[in-house]
Amino acid sequence: MTTIEASVPLTADRSAPSFVKQWKAAIGYGAIGLVSLVVFGFGTASGVTTSFAVSRPNDTINLPHFSVPSQPTTLTLSVVLLALACFQVWAQHRRMRVGVWLPIVFAVVFMASLMTWAGAGRANTDMAVTGLLVSGVFLAVPLVFGGMAGTLCERSGIVNIAIEGQLLGGAFLAVVVASLTHNAYLGMLAAPLAGALVGALLALFAVRYWVDQIVVGVVLNVLVVGITSFLFSTVLSDNKDLNQAGAQIGAQGGVIMDNLPIPLLSDIPIIGPVLFDQNALVYLMYAIVVVFQIMLFKSRWGLRVRAVGEHPMAADTVGIKVNRTRVRNTILGGAIAGLGGAFFTVASGLAFSKEMTAGKGYIALAAMILGRWNPKGALLAALLFGFADALRIQLGVIGSPIPSEFLAMLPYLATIFAVAGLVGRSRPPAAENIPYKK
Amino acid sequence: MTATATETGASPRPADKNPTDQRPRDVLRSIVESNGLVVLLAIFTALVVGAILVVLSDAAVQDASGYFFSRPADTLSAAWSAISEAYIAMFQGSIYNVKADTFGSGIRPLTNTLTYSSPLIFAGLGLGIGFRAGLFNIGAQGQVILGAIMAGYIGFAMHLPVGIHLALAIIGAIFGGALWGFIPGLLKATTGAHEVIVTIMLNYVALYGISWLLSLKSFQVPGSGNPKSPAVDSTAQWPHLFGDSYTLNWGFVVALAAAVGVWWLMERSTLGFRFRAVGANPAAATKSGMNVKLTYILVMVVAGGLAGLAGGSQVVGTEKSLTVGVAGSIGFDAITVALLGRSRPAGIVAAGILFGGLRAAGPTLQAQAGLPIDIVLVIQSVIVLFIAAPPLVRFLFRLPEPRHPKEVTA
Repeated sequence: MTTIEASVPLTADRSAPSFVKQWKAAIGYGAIGLVSLVVFGFGTASGVTTSFAVSRPNDTINLPHFSVPSQPTTLTLSVVLLALACFQVWAQHRRMRVGVWLPIVFAVVFMASLMTWAGAGRANTDMAVTGLLVSGVFLAVPLVFGGMAGTLCERSGIVNIAIEGQLLGGAFLAVVVASLTHNAYLGMLAAPLAGALVGALLALFAVRYWVDQIVVGVVLNVLVVGITSFLFSTVLSDNKDLNQAGAQIGAQGGVIMDNLPIPLLSDIPIIGPVLFDQNALVYLMYAIVVVFQIMLFKSRWGLRVRAVGEHPMAADTVGIKVNRTRVRNTILGGAIAGLGGAFFTVASGLAFSKEMTAGKGYIALAAMILGRWNPKGALLAALLFGFADALRIQLGVIGSPIPSEFLAMLPYLATIFAVAGLVGRSRPPAAENIPYKK
Repeated sequence: MTATATETGASPRPADKNPTDQRPRDVLRSIVESNGLVVLLAIFTALVVGAILVVLSDAAVQDASGYFFSRPADTLSAAWSAISEAYIAMFQGSIYNVKADTFGSGIRPLTNTLTYSSPLIFAGLGLGIGFRAGLFNIGAQGQVILGAIMAGYIGFAMHLPVGIHLALAIIGAIFGGALWGFIPGLLKATTGAHEVIVTIMLNYVALYGISWLLSLKSFQVPGSGNPKSPAVDSTAQWPHLFGDSYTLNWGFVVALAAAVGVWWLMERSTLGFRFRAVGANPAAATKSGMNVKLTYILVMVVAGGLAGLAGGSQVVGTEKSLTVGVAGSIGFDAITVALLGRSRPAGIVAAGILFGGLRAAGPTLQAQAGLPIDIVLVIQSVIVLFIAAPPLVRFLFRLPEPRHPKEVTA
């Protein structure tokens, strides 16, 4: 592990001892905690309350609304954040490994503090907790699929910047096939083909012709935007029946994927509607995350993929076909991102429009990095970004004290902090973006 | 610097005697050094791909293909007329309008092409410097936006005498872009954060930043509430080059001057030598006493400044006010310009004019041939893909392999 391990890392400088890196995590938490204390804690007017609605009006089990005094709550939550930061410091001091629970709890408490602050003094508007979580999970779907695609590709040593194009291609093919067949599910099944095609092009240029993977990715995104927008403005605008939104023919059993509530489970308050009253794509997402988490870290296939991504020469020496593995993974990853593209059209019941993925592919890339090249981590990061997006939309509706643009920036800023090593330590597969040449 | 370790590390396998094999930078270099024939063939291939798209989407062709087997000639002639219509429109929209009465109005498309090309040249020059220094700056878009914001704000909010106003707006634009380049440069130097990821993310931060600014009263036309700034004062605008009937302005001349300046910087100055040395071999550069980290920051600042100049030039020359879409896709197009121009100033000017021409042809394509401008994106990206993979072009056109394979010469 001499040559390759020390080669160009895509994010963090690994020559610095990890000890220093981990102090940065504590500093990061502390800084965010202070922001919460100053902005949300002292920035909230005293004497006002924030009201939360836990259930949605038509839920089976209806929980009552409740109100909390705003400033004491935000102050308490901020103190909790700072306490978590202190715990990180203490754990650092003891050289203890902190589990994944810390960032999760930290994120949840921060969001709660943010919501309490945002909803302060609005007696007539509830912060709809369940609604927020439901749309958060739903908005996270393309990010999860994209993050999963990125993880699969990068674990085998191929940088997949083309997630954006794969999502867009999937969204396009899904709506066309669904409109042709009048069946949303066939559309969903077709979407991976488009993604796989983009993945295959990426593999062709990256593996066969050794073109820089970042260049190929960026250019493929432009290519897919060009092709889909061109076909949208010509073929789809001439034949409107090829691009049908859910509402138009949904009545005929149509082009939107209906929610499939799971009996009993979907009646549980909060968790039910959030997790078990979604459409087939979301259930498929759960399955894919679980399968790949296990496959990547517990199966022979996963070990081989990771070996190819970390030290292709060693993998080759023991007889693993490096380039074949990379090609397969890139195409598989593309297919998964393509499947995620179905979210934009058939799963949301929207017609295709130009560049409708609007940078979601890059946020998915961010989720992958924040999730440390790990399906589980990518899922959590994607959910965080999904909730941030849902919150942005909800605050846009009730009128928010912070400009919605700042919330929209959140995923990108979080990623910059992550790659700069301020929040945790993220290390990409070592052989990433290095063509393997015998 | 860990980025250097591949070159110094010992290779356990004889096949890896040549350490450059492992470095993605060399792939960049092979793009940079691809020969002229490959460039021409790549452009040709891209035009063929564009033609295929045109044919596939053409209604007349679709009608005729319904009875293809009884009268195949109909399909072929419909396809031919669709293709020729598209490329004639492209020529007339970007170079010379043969239907015009006078030479003066006939040449107008060419002046439009040059107008479109100036921001591409500015930003492409910046990206080219980055590529040659081994930095993948995907963030030109964000840097362009920052430049546009600065130039726009100085242009409409301050009221200064002729000359000073324009100069200040341009300096502001350079400063804004340089700042947006400084951040990823600093992060790379201090924490090792990879510039690709940071610059991609900063693009979006800049995009949301400008849309937030334009929601503020101080950035809007008083009393309008639209996300559009007041027009830039005439004192802060580039003067037109050939009178007011042409859009071409001094921005293009400055872009050419910038190309000369970048050539001097990269080929003749000590700083440029440092940039190139770091790009060629950071380990050797460190050993010879260069401060590689500082160089990364400087490269990003210079690249950002040039991209900012692109944004500023766009605002004070073409757009004349700030909108959310003021930067268009200049930053992304500039990546393809820099790649096509092999990161060399002369190449970038040529590539910028080529892609500026494709952009300028957009309205004519739409009006005459009914083709959406998006076909330009397809042609552009296919060109770059093929240029990046010379072996593929050689394979497609059955060209002989070069006498010295790239791996050995690189």
